[in-house]
Amino acid sequence: MNLLRRILGIVWIALGIAGGYYLIINQAIPKFNSDKSDDLIPAIIYAFILTPIIVGGLLIFGAYALKGEYDQSK
Amino acid sequence: MNITNNNEKKGLVSIIAASSLGTLIEWYDFYIFGSLATIISTKFFPSGNQTAALLSTLATFAAGFVVRPFGALFFGRLGDLIGRKYTFLVTLVIMGLSTFLIGCVPAYETIGFLAPVLVLLLRLLQGLALGGEYGGAATYVAEHSPAHQRGFYTSWIQTTATAGLFISLFVIIITKGSMNDASFSEWGWRVPFWISILMVGVSVLIRMKMQESPVFAKAKAEGKTSTNPLKESFGNKYNFKFVLLALFGATMGQGVVWYTGQFYALSFIQSTLNIDLTQASKLIMYALGMGTPFFLVFGALSDKIGRKWIMLIGMLIAIFSYRPIYSAMHDAGSIENKREVPANERIEVTEVEDATNKAQTVKTSVISKIYSDGTIFKETREERLTANVKEANGPSNVKISKAVILDNSSFWKLVWLVFIQVIFVTMVYGPIAAFLVEMFPVKIRYTSMSLPYHIGNGIFGGLLPAIATFLATKATQANEVAAKAGTKLPYDKPFLEGLWYPILLASVCFVIGALYINGKDRRVDD
Repeated sequence: MNLLRRILGIVWIALGIAGGYYLIINQAIPKFNSDKSDDLIPAIIYAFILTPIIVGGLLIFGAYALKGEYDQSK
Repeated sequence: MNITNNNEKKGLVSIIAASSLGTLIEWYDFYIFGSLATIISTKFFPSGNQTAALLSTLATFAAGFVVRPFGALFFGRLGDLIGRKYTFLVTLVIMGLSTFLIGCVPAYETIGFLAPVLVLLLRLLQGLALGGEYGGAATYVAEHSPAHQRGFYTSWIQTTATAGLFISLFVIIITKGSMNDASFSEWGWRVPFWISILMVGVSVLIRMKMQESPVFAKAKAEGKTSTNPLKESFGNKYNFKFVLLALFGATMGQGVVWYTGQFYALSFIQSTLNIDLTQASKLIMYALGMGTPFFLVFGALSDKIGRKWIMLIGMLIAIFSYRPIYSAMHDAGSIENKREVPANERIEVTEVEDATNKAQTVKTSVISKIYSDGTIFKETREERLTANVKEANGPSNVKISKAVILDNSSFWKLVWLVFIQVIFVTMVYGPIAAFLVEMFPVKIRYTSMSLPYHIGNGIFGGLLPAIATFLATKATQANEVAAKAGTKLPYDKPFLEGLWYPILLASVCFVIGALYINGKDRRVDD
């Protein structure tokens, strides 16, 4: 089971990158380019709050998992 | 021995009551703003003004979720440095005063831009206070509770968010019912904000009589409290990995399940099914009222069989049942699936002078349709006309609103379908306070548990309505394009597409929680 936990670390890292790509390309940039003033705040939130949490969080979580920090024997 | 036990139990009951009452009031204060958002926007954020629109979005988004984690950090740090009792007393006072003052701010037409700026600042203070409250109350109750009943006792704190929403809807309905629409729109909407100061006053008096948490007091007496809780929580790799695990393995999924079951359900009922506001509020109130006791059931059950799997099973059932549930809600509530009785169709047209502009008249056309099951549909079309223009010449001059009043059977079908979602909420949310408290050591507990909780709920959950609406709108637009082109529609039920956001996040959370969370540590004195 610990081996699975470590291997899945790669999945969490990949998911973090994919999530960041989706949020920036599909959510933040179109909203920054939008003419509607209502879109500015969500764009800032997607780009500077949500993306760092998802990308940063999942990358670190994945790296810890990969290194075996979450092995149950520890 | 029995007298000691009885006294201990009485003490514990008063601790839970005092903590829960304060937290409930904080949630009430927070939801009042959201529940009255439409009327607040007309008073403070006039339409057609870009700056006001920007401030309005900031008030909704920033205070709704961005500020809450900052409140968690700020007050969490204080709670780990000076103690739980004084910190969650401060958050209660800030929340109560901010709410009361929102009810006192003069409207935009009286003081101009100062009005939306003041409301925004007060709303930000509300968000900060909420960010600090929950962790304090959960930690305080958990640190008083015996290990074998910690899930049950802390689940009282878990009922407060739902009960706060319930009471906010109840107070609004009562206030609205006690006066006419014009009075409510003019000043009556302020009453629910003013009521808060009375509730907070009582709660502060009760909380001031409470003692500091015994576990924290002991740690402080022994000099074992942290000197820098932020650094120890997030700068220390050992603790930080648990903060990440709490976020991605528990609170992220809990946040989206919570928001889907309560807020997305309400938004779906109002926006997609166009159910009348009062009937929609009643529907949610009944479902919440029926579901709330289950927080205690699953909290108590988590003491017997463990916290982890109750939360994860709740998530798993939610993942697989959201689409069928929302599909059934659409079947029960949409007029597309009902048979109209053409003989009962009525059209009423009235034309009156515009109170705000004497040069204009307001022409109102109300089309009423009655369906075979008793459901009523009303479409109100309001046009502003001048002497020269007798037909509205653009969409900006026409306001169309739709309202469906469901028959009794469809109404109760929807109540049960929302109730099922509230059960998922109680499964993931009931045991989580005890789970988070047990995950972190006493010296950094307030800080460490508050942050993942408010990121999970405030950010992942708080963004749900915006992202889900975006996905559903995109699917609807794709169908419209396909229909115009005469090709096959890409989405069978576009209104279900928004659900992929909670389904995806809850799925990731389920896998992480199932594989990485140990969940066997039940100590809180470490």
